[in-house]
Amino acid sequence: MTTIDIAAAPLTAIAGAPTLLSIRNVAKTFGRNVVLRDVSLNIAEGEFLTILGESGSGKTTLLRIIAGFETPTSGEVWMGGERLDNQPPYRRRVNTVFQSYALFPHFTVEQNVAYGLRVAKRPEAEITQRVAEALDKVKMSAHAKSKPSKISGGQQQRVALARALVNRPKLLLLDEPLSALDANLRRQMQVELKSLQREVGIAFVFVTHDQEEATVMSDRIALLRSGELEQVTTPREIYSRPATAYVAQFIGHTNLLRGEARDGLVKCGALSWGAKLPDGPVLFSLRPEQIRIASGTQSTGAVRIEGSVVHQAFHGATELMRVECTGELVLTVRTSVMSPIGSRVTLEFFATDAVPVQESPERR
Amino acid sequence: MFSRTYRLVVTVPPLLWISMFLLLPYLLMFCYSFWSVSAAQTIVHVWNLDNYKELALKTVYWQTLLRSMWIAARVMLFSLLLGYPLAYFLSFYAGKRKDLLYQLVIIPLWVSYLVRAYAWKTILGSDGVLNTLLQYAHLTKHPLDFLLYSPFAVVLTLTHIYTPFTILPIYAALEHIPRNLVEASHDLGATPAQTFWKVIFPLSIPGVFAGATFAFVLSLGDFLAPLLLGGPSGIMISNIVVSLFGAAYNWPLGAAISLCTLVLVVSLLFFSERLEKKWSFS
Repeated sequence: MTTIDIAAAPLTAIAGAPTLLSIRNVAKTFGRNVVLRDVSLNIAEGEFLTILGESGSGKTTLLRIIAGFETPTSGEVWMGGERLDNQPPYRRRVNTVFQSYALFPHFTVEQNVAYGLRVAKRPEAEITQRVAEALDKVKMSAHAKSKPSKISGGQQQRVALARALVNRPKLLLLDEPLSALDANLRRQMQVELKSLQREVGIAFVFVTHDQEEATVMSDRIALLRSGELEQVTTPREIYSRPATAYVAQFIGHTNLLRGEARDGLVKCGALSWGAKLPDGPVLFSLRPEQIRIASGTQSTGAVRIEGSVVHQAFHGATELMRVECTGELVLTVRTSVMSPIGSRVTLEFFATDAVPVQESPERR
Repeated sequence: MFSRTYRLVVTVPPLLWISMFLLLPYLLMFCYSFWSVSAAQTIVHVWNLDNYKELALKTVYWQTLLRSMWIAARVMLFSLLLGYPLAYFLSFYAGKRKDLLYQLVIIPLWVSYLVRAYAWKTILGSDGVLNTLLQYAHLTKHPLDFLLYSPFAVVLTLTHIYTPFTILPIYAALEHIPRNLVEASHDLGATPAQTFWKVIFPLSIPGVFAGATFAFVLSLGDFLAPLLLGGPSGIMISNIVVSLFGAAYNWPLGAAISLCTLVLVVSLLFFSERLEKKWSFS
């Protein structure tokens, strides 16, 4: 196992906020299939944490372990001073919004939302009031008497949210809840979900494979790869300071520069710059927007290289341009200028913007 | 779309089949029920309501029909009580053994009805397995004679025979319940018992109605079990119909009884279908 120097980072949550849930060395295997290996993660009170990963990375399994639908093969889950992993789901103060909403088809919207309070045998007057409040909060009061089959996907989503929040859980788990919605509605729900989370102050653990969704909504992102946490930090940090090559590639676009450090000098093919790094092989992530098309005199501390444009793709406000430089080096550059294919350009970036990252070797 | 010829080839044979072997016999039966038998044992083709009058006035027919319904109702109840837990276990807890256990439920259906009814005869008879065992264990001195040739024997045998027919639709209904609903229920704090009564059972009701209808309707029309195991006190309506069409040679009266039973069964089926629809949410 490669040790990453951010290994301690998963245990630090939001600054100042006390820890709500603590996942300690959790592993899970299904038969011979290792789904999670040694995952440790702390979730702070009131935090919006996203577990991000490709399909098969184990993110849903991790969520199901927190909810209690799966028991970890080894490791523990704690909430407050209470061990959670040996308790059945109905004793945990954790609620889940399921990917397919899982609304009870034989109940109305209102009865669905009231379910948790009914089984907890709360007084009927309190149930009525809290259900009305919850439906109001997700703007579904008008559909209180409808059956779930009679409302749209987006509306079912809101009802599922109300049904979970009405119980005032300490932690809300959301399993790719937006994946079934179309792009417009999804973007709208991202904003609503985030503001709802701030309003109710409950910690959210949100599972998604969509890195954009993760960066837009989260306080922190826990990036999971093949059952191991790759990096856990804020969206800004994970983008600008990726710990590994995998993180750098998974979050946004990047150029990976592989090279050699010797005597305070880094050489990556035709590129070279001064850096205080120990001698040996090095790997850098250089974001496309950190590279400019240069003109005039070279800025101090900047690295320059010439190349010819091989491809350019329109990406809304900016373009992604692929430039083939000398020595088989191909760089992706974010630019607002159109350059004809084949034209010669000079590229420039600051050496400090090239972030050294760990290699991400194949797992399993 | 399909060609005209294709549609004809596909639809005409089954329609012919149904007309020849279902609608026509029913129509004949309908006609017979309004005819009568002469003293010389010939069918008199004169339209009258005498058969229905006789049915209304003679209590033996009423009583037998009511007894048949009572036996069928008990068979239905016991089949559900036995079948539901088994179907529930199969669907939710059988795990890898699910397919095997499902086959074990089906296999008895391959064994001839007659063989199974006779098996009960050897078990329940006065020299039967059960009585021998009870006497051997000194629980009784004399063989218990209420075991065989009684409504009890009929209910027991029919329950044994028709329980698989209740298990299958209940199992199908339970299999259709999305498992994430069960998880959602647990997630919202419901104990397994609460989850069963509030989520699983309500969603399986269409299967329960279908299974109950199978057990009731099939038992109501049964004549072999009462014939073999029922004795005089276990006679059911079909036995009367059989004897009227056979030894008694009163086809018109037999047809009238059959028609009444048919109306009863069809209205039951109609009713149960309405209920099944009302309780299905997919």
